[in-house]
Amino acid sequence: MALHTQSLAELAAGLRNGDFTSVELTESMLARIAAHNEKLNAFITVTADDALAAAAGADAARAAGKGGALNGLPIIHKDIFCTQGVKTSCGSKMLENFISPYDATVVENLANAGAIMLGKTNMDEFAMGSSNETSYFGPVHNPWDLECSPGGSSGGSSASIAARLAPGATATDTGGSIRQPAALTGTVGFKPTYGRVSRYGMIAFASSLDQAGTITRSAEDAAMMMSAMAGFDAKDSTSIDEPVPDYAAELGGSVEGLRVGIVRQHFDDGLDAATGERVKEAITQLESMGASTVEVDLPNIDMSVPTYYVVAPAECSSNMSRFDGVRFGHRASDPKDLLDLYCRSRGEGFGDEVKRRIMTGAYVLSAGYYDAYYLKAQQVRQLIADDFKKAFADVDVIAGPTAPAPAFRLGDKVDDPIQMYLNDIYTIGANLAGLPAISVPCGFVNDMPVGLHLVGSHFAEGTLLRCAHQYQQHTDFHKACPEGFE
Amino acid sequence: MSVAGSSGQWEVVIGLEVHSQLATKSKIFSGASTAYGAEPNTQACLVSLGYPGVLPVLNEEVVRMAALFGLAVNATVAPRSVFARKNYFYPDLPKGYQISQFELPIVEHGEMTITDADGNEKRIGITRAHLEEDAGKSIHEGLDTSSGIDLNRAGTPLLEIVSEPDLRSAKEAVAYLRKIHTIVRYLGISDGNMQEGSFRCDANVSVRPMGQEELGTRAEIKNLNSFRFIEKAINFEVERQIERIEDGGTIVQETRLYDSDKDETRSMRSKEEANDYRYFPDPDLLPVEISDEYIEAVRATMPELPAAKEARFVSDYDLREDDAGILTASRSLADYFESVVSAADANPQIAANWVIGDLAGALNRDGLDISDSKIPADALAGLVNRIHDDTISGKIAKQVFEAMWNGEGSADDVIDAKGLKQITDSSAIEAVVDKVISENPGQVAEYKAGKDKLIGFFVGKVMQETKGQANPGQVNQILKDKLS
Repeated sequence: MALHTQSLAELAAGLRNGDFTSVELTESMLARIAAHNEKLNAFITVTADDALAAAAGADAARAAGKGGALNGLPIIHKDIFCTQGVKTSCGSKMLENFISPYDATVVENLANAGAIMLGKTNMDEFAMGSSNETSYFGPVHNPWDLECSPGGSSGGSSASIAARLAPGATATDTGGSIRQPAALTGTVGFKPTYGRVSRYGMIAFASSLDQAGTITRSAEDAAMMMSAMAGFDAKDSTSIDEPVPDYAAELGGSVEGLRVGIVRQHFDDGLDAATGERVKEAITQLESMGASTVEVDLPNIDMSVPTYYVVAPAECSSNMSRFDGVRFGHRASDPKDLLDLYCRSRGEGFGDEVKRRIMTGAYVLSAGYYDAYYLKAQQVRQLIADDFKKAFADVDVIAGPTAPAPAFRLGDKVDDPIQMYLNDIYTIGANLAGLPAISVPCGFVNDMPVGLHLVGSHFAEGTLLRCAHQYQQHTDFHKACPEGFE
Repeated sequence: MSVAGSSGQWEVVIGLEVHSQLATKSKIFSGASTAYGAEPNTQACLVSLGYPGVLPVLNEEVVRMAALFGLAVNATVAPRSVFARKNYFYPDLPKGYQISQFELPIVEHGEMTITDADGNEKRIGITRAHLEEDAGKSIHEGLDTSSGIDLNRAGTPLLEIVSEPDLRSAKEAVAYLRKIHTIVRYLGISDGNMQEGSFRCDANVSVRPMGQEELGTRAEIKNLNSFRFIEKAINFEVERQIERIEDGGTIVQETRLYDSDKDETRSMRSKEEANDYRYFPDPDLLPVEISDEYIEAVRATMPELPAAKEARFVSDYDLREDDAGILTASRSLADYFESVVSAADANPQIAANWVIGDLAGALNRDGLDISDSKIPADALAGLVNRIHDDTISGKIAKQVFEAMWNGEGSADDVIDAKGLKQITDSSAIEAVVDKVISENPGQVAEYKAGKDKLIGFFVGKVMQETKGQANPGQVNQILKDKLS
């Protein structure tokens, strides 16, 4: 059986059994990347030499009876995670030549578990975008239809996993940047509870919303990666000091008796009808497996997109300030004075979407506007979080669509920010409330994948992964491979 | 308190913002060292440099220090305070924002008592004290057309202490500032070193016609770092404002810099050019939550504060109030004095006289701090004891002190080596007295005729004969007996 079609769990077993070595596995994945990346543009950097050296180390460790839970398994990192000695661009011209002097905690944790980094994946600039079209390094193409977007901002990670260029990827999610690309590429996108995974070394977009997670082909693989990634980090004050369960051990058991909440607003006019059908079929499937459904009300959920587009740009405007051309990143040539250095370094280094959000953010934080925008948005955010809390008194998970429609064509929405922002209408609520959520492949519309979105209460990662895993035991949407990438 | 102008009396209104660097080993949000004077950028870790992806982690020691200060000035220590980002661009501000506290500071509603010009006690309100990080330093010297940035100081913890506009003269401002300076050093939360910039202040100064309720427009004088400059800068600014208003002009709300060479303040930027700092709560840091138990635990470590110590010195040691004030101006001086007292048999006022007099003089002369005194407290106690037990006179003691200061050993060593032991043997003194009387018949006659003042002449002669070693009391008595 070809290595690239196997899941992380299967590959781990193969390595254990001695069916193949980590070097062989790594070589085969690097060959896949070499063969297919050109049409996808999913990678910004491929670290082939380092990967092969690390794989040899992993093989030696295994031979000596050592090595962590992910020993010798190849993975890829979204280019938002700092990787020591390797370019960390965040999809921006600003950091085109930035070599990070340190590893993000996520990178370090996965390396300590034995995972092998194959490379860094393309993304919307500074994670601001829902189509991967804002990347300075060009858009990523969806393996299911190369003229379509793979979603964003983690489009490089989602396209790579769908195209079988790697079995597992890290990604980040501020308003849906893991789950929406997963839905649009037929992969599993998992965003844990805010604070579950350290943000140290993950270049900040909107600090109170950013959360690292995974894109894989199965919930089981997400559980494997998450067990290694998650945990308290003294370097991140917002990381939470709670023990990390063995998520893989929680996958068993059934969904018998699981209470699934359905939000009426999530099936309104904004949802593509065929996409809605696939999602309803998935819910019916869960019912047939023993789950019950309950209608729940999230009265303020309609305000999540406008709330998000105040809070996220506000934090972004401040987080982007350190890119000033003084210490690292792009610096304009021959500045005539300090103001010129700032204006041209930032003017040249940032793309349009980043600039749009910096300006929006600076505006909503300005004296005289703060109360009407930022403060009001924070209040609404609290209302939305309270709505979820109330809902989770009656249900275990909330199910609905991940994105309003299947993948759209590259170029279709790039000139209409509002249409683009509405792509995250179903996912943003989980970020505003800090809740864990997952997108699981649940069918196709015109041969393009559709995702089922499941949201859990704080720290209910285990429940979400179990629900998604059990669903995948009864369906094989995630096993479908895009044509040309078999 | 008022200042006379050509048009009438003016009232001066001053509020101070003190920036006191907290004496932690590491920075407020990272593990980098805070030591002063290192090579540029050798104490700038990735957090100090504001690298992409790094995050701040609060140094808990600064919370303890701020709470201790709050309790010392009878303030409320907030059960919940919040760090906020103050956004502005400057090359020595690596992140493009300073982490400070804005709406919810850690300390509020404190007070400090000073003595005003009339000798009355006056209460000065402390609006708030909040924690923040310092910026780095821009360097222009020695660089032709470019500027250097040193980020060693970036992230150094500061406690910004903001007073109410309760101060009515430069003198009051300095008195208040000295009190704050003393307190932070007593608490051990700041070294108060003004040369190194670890204690500096901004002064908000305005004037208004005497009796007017409404405050005048204020100017803020930035970065004053010596008590002398603060007084001069405020006085200059007061005069400038009065003159301007009386000349028919108006005061612009602006930031001004004091130039100590020219002794004047100059405009730096006006309010119209002022930044909108776009403060908002820093999402990278959790609110600081302080429990009652924590506050009580901090309170239990509260050292005796200057005012209480001064009162105790007066009541327990019977010191003069002025002396008690001088001795308690710094904790190390007070500790030194108490060490002398505990090791000496003499009355504490004598110990106080030596500490305030000869010792302070010698320290001042050699530019030393009390902690670097060449005579340790127990050695000074040894000297005081020899005065007390009449081994030496107070006058000889000064000679012994100098020898001790110059490293010639303990008081006993010096007295033995130089043969300075006081003569208390009456027969020996009588012999000298007899000699002096027989050699000065003229003066004896005058004295007996009623010129009592001449007793000093005889005492002087006897002391001269004994090289100052005769016990002055005994000399006096014997002389009076023999001359009567």
